Amino acid sequence: MRTRSDVERFLLPLGTAALAIVVWSLAVRLTHTTVLPSPLKVASALRELAGRGVLWRYVGDSLRRVATGYSLALVLGVPAGLALGWNPALASAFNPVIQMARPISPLAWMPLAILWFGVSEAAPGFLIFLGAFFPIVVASMNGVRSVPAMYLQAGRNFGLSTPRLLARVVFPAALPQILVGLRIALGIAWLVVVAAEMIAVDSGLGYLIIDSRNAGKRYDLVVAGMLLIGAIGLVLDLFARRLERLRTVRWGFQGETA
Amino acid sequence: MTPPPKVSIRDLSMRFPTDGSHIEVLSSIDLEVKDGELVCILGPSGCGKSTLLNVVGGFLKATGGAVLIDGREVAGPDPRRIFVFQERGVFPWLTVEGNVGFGLFRLAAGERAERIAHYVKLVGLSGFENAYPQELSGGMKQRLEVARALAVNPDVLFLDEPFGALDSITRLVMRSELLRIRRAEKKTILFVTHDIDESVQLADRVVVMSTRPATIRRIVDIDMPHPRDLSAPRYIELRDMLFEEIGLAHKI
Repeated sequence: MRTRSDVERFLLPLGTAALAIVVWSLAVRLTHTTVLPSPLKVASALRELAGRGVLWRYVGDSLRRVATGYSLALVLGVPAGLALGWNPALASAFNPVIQMARPISPLAWMPLAILWFGVSEAAPGFLIFLGAFFPIVVASMNGVRSVPAMYLQAGRNFGLSTPRLLARVVFPAALPQILVGLRIALGIAWLVVVAAEMIAVDSGLGYLIIDSRNAGKRYDLVVAGMLLIGAIGLVLDLFARRLERLRTVRWGFQGETA
Repeated sequence: MTPPPKVSIRDLSMRFPTDGSHIEVLSSIDLEVKDGELVCILGPSGCGKSTLLNVVGGFLKATGGAVLIDGREVAGPDPRRIFVFQERGVFPWLTVEGNVGFGLFRLAAGERAERIAHYVKLVGLSGFENAYPQELSGGMKQRLEVARALAVNPDVLFLDEPFGALDSITRLVMRSELLRIRRAEKKTILFVTHDIDESVQLADRVVVMSTRPATIRRIVDIDMPHPRDLSAPRYIELRDMLFEEIGLAHKI
């Protein structure tokens, strides 16, 4: 039933959000607290940012940095993962390095990134690249490894050469898993850009938060920045999820149906 | 003069290494299959009949003996001989058309489209050209896989329990479909099954395998014309003979 699913998809989450704002508003008003701005103050802070003309510039700067670092991770990470998944010797050689580099938070690279790139666009871009690269590599590698042997056998049976087999069987068979990795990596990239902007540059949403605190303890602006980050993260994730509904990969996101 | 056999299996044996020892799966198999013949390889589950089919298809290398097709030793998989899988091996990321055309990448676009249309129609999937496998029923997916195999015009088909996952009604329909398709496209077919009725309904000859290590116990000629009457005395006689050969009482 259409109406019911519309209610569940839109009205329920909107209702929850509205309720959260009401609770937040009441809590601030009843406790007369000074450690958390009220929703109204945050809303006027957003208007102020828009009026000063920095809102869209900061959002644009953050998104551009994510786009740069993430694109690089995508372009290098997917082929690297495919190669590692296809070639067991390559995987044996590189897997320990990857598994060791992976748990190092990209933020731990910050001092080296600033040493190498200075306070510039390249430093946050590098950190975002690191944050997104490993999940993409690992997802692509695992995607290739879990391609059913039956598909490979069928591909070989029809006379496909190895490059053709990779392009026409291995890649499409692994694509659903690769997309999951890409979505996770996009979420990480968005986490990393905010942290990187607090240190390495002087624009963007991360910079907005740290600067609002340092220059004048404007916690209304801090919370406004946080909400913007959350909202944009949500939109990015919705966008990535849309990719999973494409017809050529949808089979990989449903339970096994006969 | 008898024509040379299409497939000739000579003293074939297969053993798989296990830790320290080895398992003998196939032992001294000798079999000749004529051009255009439909031979069912019948045996209990796990007896090694799928292994035999994989060796004949060129996907596994035997540890002893040889397989010759058209007088030449099988060295690996070949598009002239297509394997149709037990589990459905259609590609879920391609439409019906994409799957049927999968092996036709060497053809020009026009001829490719013609062949796709022909085989989609032959297996009764007209109207579903742009559907994806997950939108099809189990029987339709199996037809699709057969169409994908036939489209490259192979002369031998290997079918490994192709209807095993289907419900019993669909299975009966698929068997008569296979016989209909076979009348249209004369292929040599090696059909592995553990279903005695299936073998009597389909085969020109039934090769009865023993339990592991698999050897050929007996080869039974199914001397009944198609369409076969499933309640004819001869059908029941042949079926009972195979039941006994497999070592099963046919009372429940």
